[in-house]
Amino acid sequence: MNDMSADSYVTEDGRTIGGVVMEMKNITLRFGGVVAIKDISFDIREGEIRAIIGPNGAGKSSMLNVISGFYKPQEGEVMYRGEKRPPMKPYQVAQQGIARTFQNIALFDGMSVLDNIMTGRLNSMNASLLSQAVWWGKAQKEEFENREKVEKVIDFLEIQAIRKTPVGRLPYGLKKRVELARALAAEPSLLLLDEPMAGMNVEEKEDMSRFILDVNDEFGTTIALIEHDMGVVMDLSDRVVVMDYGKKIGDGTPDEVRNNQDVIDAYLGVAHD
Amino acid sequence: MPDQLLFAIEVTMNGLMAGVLYALVALGFVLIFKASGIFNYAQGVMALFAAMTLVGIQNGQVPFAHLINAVFGTEVHHFGWHVPAILAILLTACVMVLFAWIVERYVLKHLVGQPDIILFMATIGLAYFMEGFGDLMWGADIKKLDVGLPQGGSFWLEENTAWLGGEGFYGFFIDKLDMVATVVAAILVASLVAFSQYTKQGRAMRAVADDHQAALSVGVSLRFIWVLVWSLAGFVALVAGIMWGAKSGVQFSLSLIALKALPVLMLGGFTSIPGAIVGGLIIGVGEKLFEFLIGAPFLGGATENWFAYMLALLFLVFRPQGLFGEKIIERV
Repeated sequence: MNDMSADSYVTEDGRTIGGVVMEMKNITLRFGGVVAIKDISFDIREGEIRAIIGPNGAGKSSMLNVISGFYKPQEGEVMYRGEKRPPMKPYQVAQQGIARTFQNIALFDGMSVLDNIMTGRLNSMNASLLSQAVWWGKAQKEEFENREKVEKVIDFLEIQAIRKTPVGRLPYGLKKRVELARALAAEPSLLLLDEPMAGMNVEEKEDMSRFILDVNDEFGTTIALIEHDMGVVMDLSDRVVVMDYGKKIGDGTPDEVRNNQDVIDAYLGVAHD
Repeated sequence: MPDQLLFAIEVTMNGLMAGVLYALVALGFVLIFKASGIFNYAQGVMALFAAMTLVGIQNGQVPFAHLINAVFGTEVHHFGWHVPAILAILLTACVMVLFAWIVERYVLKHLVGQPDIILFMATIGLAYFMEGFGDLMWGADIKKLDVGLPQGGSFWLEENTAWLGGEGFYGFFIDKLDMVATVVAAILVASLVAFSQYTKQGRAMRAVADDHQAALSVGVSLRFIWVLVWSLAGFVALVAGIMWGAKSGVQFSLSLIALKALPVLMLGGFTSIPGAIVGGLIIGVGEKLFEFLIGAPFLGGATENWFAYMLALLFLVFRPQGLFGEKIIERV
């Protein structure tokens, strides 16, 4: 399964995994003298749940920020749908259909849950300002369509009860869920989740895991997620990249990774030479 | 009704109208502060510059005439045409959009991520630059701004309210220009609110005002929003410039109305559009009534100059976030 063949295959639970959507080629990212990511390559295939794991400070978030355009790597290439991606601003990446969530939650605290999720639809609004001003024709049609899609996401993530609540008042676990909803509302072709379960209790973690699996199953969304808790990831993902000190030390199915000696050393804390 | 009460009502109404004009200036500050956290010191000068440009375009003045004459030894002053008011206003609005783009492209873009104080200093620099640039472009003389707005007291209102009082009361005196300004301000605020609540660009603007990172992640270009916000602030400055310019002529002191907007902002809160309006009205009515009831009879008058700042000081002590501003809570 580790070979680069573009052929699709069917998983044990009956989902179809397609060809490569995104490929990172020899990515190196430095901050001044600090090397955050060192020559890492891996790919993400259509319809899979791909995890990036590693201990704290391994460079996982940096990798996600490279994919979403927040960081620009000094070396290496990002291939998206078979083409080399030119350097892009984060908003341009978002417009390409790559949505993300943040480790420290970046929501619009002053807006209601509904308004927050509606911002996920901003890219799908094309009506002219005039049409919006007179609230006629394309603008009206778009608004109804967008509302419908947003309501679907709200139902899906079971947050109907809080749709009018200002986000600033919500507890942490629900904020994470609203952030996921906003990303989903964009109908992304690739969904990036930065530590979706960080800081959650066991029950919230189970809920979030279920939502991630359901999103992937129901909408066929390709998901790349970061997590430092190995246990959660192994049950969720189809393939796992393991990072440590900015380097890739493992890549494969959860079982392959679990038995990889380098990975075991990294997690048990064997001294580096 | 006793005459004293009627006078108080008249003073209140005039205060409300003056407050509307304060609010117009404050609105420009709020727009930029909300979206980018920048306190735009140049807002007042923007109003002056917009008014100068409007007069210049309307009268067919040659821009940079003095400079051109000095360099080439020519004698150009006017193109010799007059542009209709509406067209001139539209053209000036275009100039303000261009100005917004230039500010973003050559100033703000290079200062992204700098501390607020640096950005504030940049707007001070911008204010002085624009002031000089405006003078160079259109000349430093005092100009008369006339876009056909009605002016002077409303006789109709006076005649129809005279019966309310006794011998010494001749009816309410209210400047027609103030009434127009009130209507224009109401329309302007209503359309700004509608724009930010219901349009795609407005939603994106609110998103940027709330959280830059999150806005980027849903595909909003910060630079586009900044140009948009500065354009809107430029447009608001133009409206304020027209109203104040028609009232008291286009001259340097116009840029100082920005100082009157400061207490308005402290009352209303730097981040609230309704706050700017209510704050403006409170200051307008407050300073007129205070002068009428306490200032003139007991303090020897001229309290209008400092009343607004005293009120703002009280607010700073007891309610620093203003009436409508976001409460600042620091987590420890």
